[in-house]
Amino acid sequence: MASQQLAKNFKQSVVAALWLSFLTMPLMVIRVDTVEKTITWRWMHLLWMLVGSFVLALVWYFLMDRRDRGGANDGNLNTEAAPSRFSIWLNNPRVARPLMAFGLLFAVAFPFLFSMYQTNILISALIYVVLGLGLNITVGLAGLLDLGYVAFYAVGAYAYALLNYHFHLGFWAVLPLGGILGAFFGILLGFPVLRLRGDYLAIVTLGFGEIVRLVLQNWDAFSFGPSGISNIARPGFFGVTYSVSQATTYIYYIMLAFVLLTIFVTARLKDSRIGRAWLALREDEIACQAMGIDNTKAKLLAFAMGATFAGFMGVVFAAKTTFINPASFTFMESAMILAIVVLGGMGSIPGVILGAFLLMLMPEYMRAFSQYRMLLFGATMIVVMVFRPQGLIKARRKIYKVNTKPAGQA
Amino acid sequence: MEYFLQLFFSGLSKGSVYALIALGYTMVYGIIELINFAHGEIYMIGAFTGLIVAGLLTALGWPALAILAIAVVVAMVYSGAYGYTVEKIAYKPLRNAPRLAPLISAIGMSIFLQNYVMLAQTPDFLPFPRLIPDLAFMQKYNSFLGTSDLLIIVTSIVVMAALNFFIKFTRMGKAMRATAQNRKMAMLVGVNVDQVISATFIIGSSLAAVGGVLIASHMGQINFYIGFIAGLKAFTAAVLGGIGSIPGAMLGGLVLGWTESFATGYVSSDYEDVFAFLLLVLILIFRPAGLLGKQRAQKV
Repeated sequence: MASQQLAKNFKQSVVAALWLSFLTMPLMVIRVDTVEKTITWRWMHLLWMLVGSFVLALVWYFLMDRRDRGGANDGNLNTEAAPSRFSIWLNNPRVARPLMAFGLLFAVAFPFLFSMYQTNILISALIYVVLGLGLNITVGLAGLLDLGYVAFYAVGAYAYALLNYHFHLGFWAVLPLGGILGAFFGILLGFPVLRLRGDYLAIVTLGFGEIVRLVLQNWDAFSFGPSGISNIARPGFFGVTYSVSQATTYIYYIMLAFVLLTIFVTARLKDSRIGRAWLALREDEIACQAMGIDNTKAKLLAFAMGATFAGFMGVVFAAKTTFINPASFTFMESAMILAIVVLGGMGSIPGVILGAFLLMLMPEYMRAFSQYRMLLFGATMIVVMVFRPQGLIKARRKIYKVNTKPAGQA
Repeated sequence: MEYFLQLFFSGLSKGSVYALIALGYTMVYGIIELINFAHGEIYMIGAFTGLIVAGLLTALGWPALAILAIAVVVAMVYSGAYGYTVEKIAYKPLRNAPRLAPLISAIGMSIFLQNYVMLAQTPDFLPFPRLIPDLAFMQKYNSFLGTSDLLIIVTSIVVMAALNFFIKFTRMGKAMRATAQNRKMAMLVGVNVDQVISATFIIGSSLAAVGGVLIASHMGQINFYIGFIAGLKAFTAAVLGGIGSIPGAMLGGLVLGWTESFATGYVSSDYEDVFAFLLLVLILIFRPAGLLGKQRAQKV
């Protein structure tokens, strides 16, 4: 049986490889310059394509067979599979607590152990952890696909940059303001899209993100256009000014505190009344309404909560880089944050954290692959959706156990 | 008056290209209720295929109009093949998954195709040869209507008329309408739904390729990123007319083209894209079903 299956997969893969090579032939092989009237032929690419697509097709069909035979993994987010031995071991408090303590200790000691360059990379990763957790509220918990999330990030960043430029307001004064502005814009976006279903919502939020970026790019008098704003002040500490490396360490600790706070807040939110309302909203909007949940309020809150974190992070981002321009806030950024949430596992806090570290640190340490980064992101999003829609670490639903022992026997 | 006419016709030609792309969105949505995010990329791939064919044939010294015709046909074939493959890889395995899943894989596909073209070709703008010659009898109208605008408008009308005929009178067209109305019921009466879905993707993608080659030749340059904005705007056009409705997509494309053309002509040219998105947001707030769409109660 198995060999028959293998032969079938082999044949299918050969067909797939030939088909994909035919498809990609013009774009991969031929390159024309219509001004110089020259044509470059790159036949080597065709060979790579044949071999590569054959191998990928083989893997694809193998995984597809496994998926179809498994049955449990049919894209349904709710099927409860038995937890693996690893996750049981990891969830044992005697293992988990020392592990967490060690992780925290390592995080606290990090700037003293490694160079400023490494610390800077880690700050970016931490920023994306918070962004991912924020988007996780909107997408993972409430099931509202927001493709313009980066707009709120931009709002926070520009709020700090402009207030600092015009009024010399400091980091700590603008930080809460950034969050509030983010929430305000979240509600502003939320109102018109309340009545829309998932896919419309995706497009409108995408359009909104683009509008914000285009306005920032074209309204020179307000945002200084494509050239952006430079010389933004780093965060201060009661009038003490730091050198660059000290400031980096300082921002690192601010971010670390922020991450811990965000984890705490989102974890508590998830099991709260409003968090359960979001989950209900995600599963079935009509049933949710029938149960007496105010859909409008729940949706607006999800948008606002998610946007708040993006607003905070915008302020930190501006303070960290001391320079911002609209090019930092393109759709690709939104797509990347979404990829973090999807890859890590929608609704799962440890998953999103893992996703952020993976997606942010991998390109840093694999510079050679950096131009293939977005290509891999795209492919990953498809593969994850097809084979593991619950993400790397699956979100766990809280289980309430009811004691069914009859009262008399107690 | 001449300025008005100039804006009117440039809006019309732009709008008919939007309509060509919007048809792909609306047909796919009508049948499987999915926003095919990768559709804009299919359009871009069509334009690139057209460029490659044009480059090859120009080197052989063919006449411009023959090159244009062949480039359009080859681009249609390739884009159709891409549309077919994209459906098989990214959407078919997810047909019974929750709604968010195919949407996210569609976004993934869009990012993948963009970067694939960027890596295979170039991240820079590529010049596209002007394949549309200035015809002699158009000389006196040139102040407000160029030959390429005219050609785009005429081609779009012909293609859309052909599509209408196909949907109304052929066997496959009837099967498509049946599937759009009720997929399960269509299956019960013997419609091969898989085939219908594939055909829809192929036709929609080929239409986008026609738009891609024509507009690229009109604009004179392309790069890997053109599909993103064009796709977004075409989607706006589809929603504007009422998604799922084929005449709606055509009307929506024209309305969007004129809105953009007049707004940039009379208000400000910096915010061309902003007007399109604002129009989308306004339509969704006040008439979510679109201009020609029917407001249907949601079944529980």
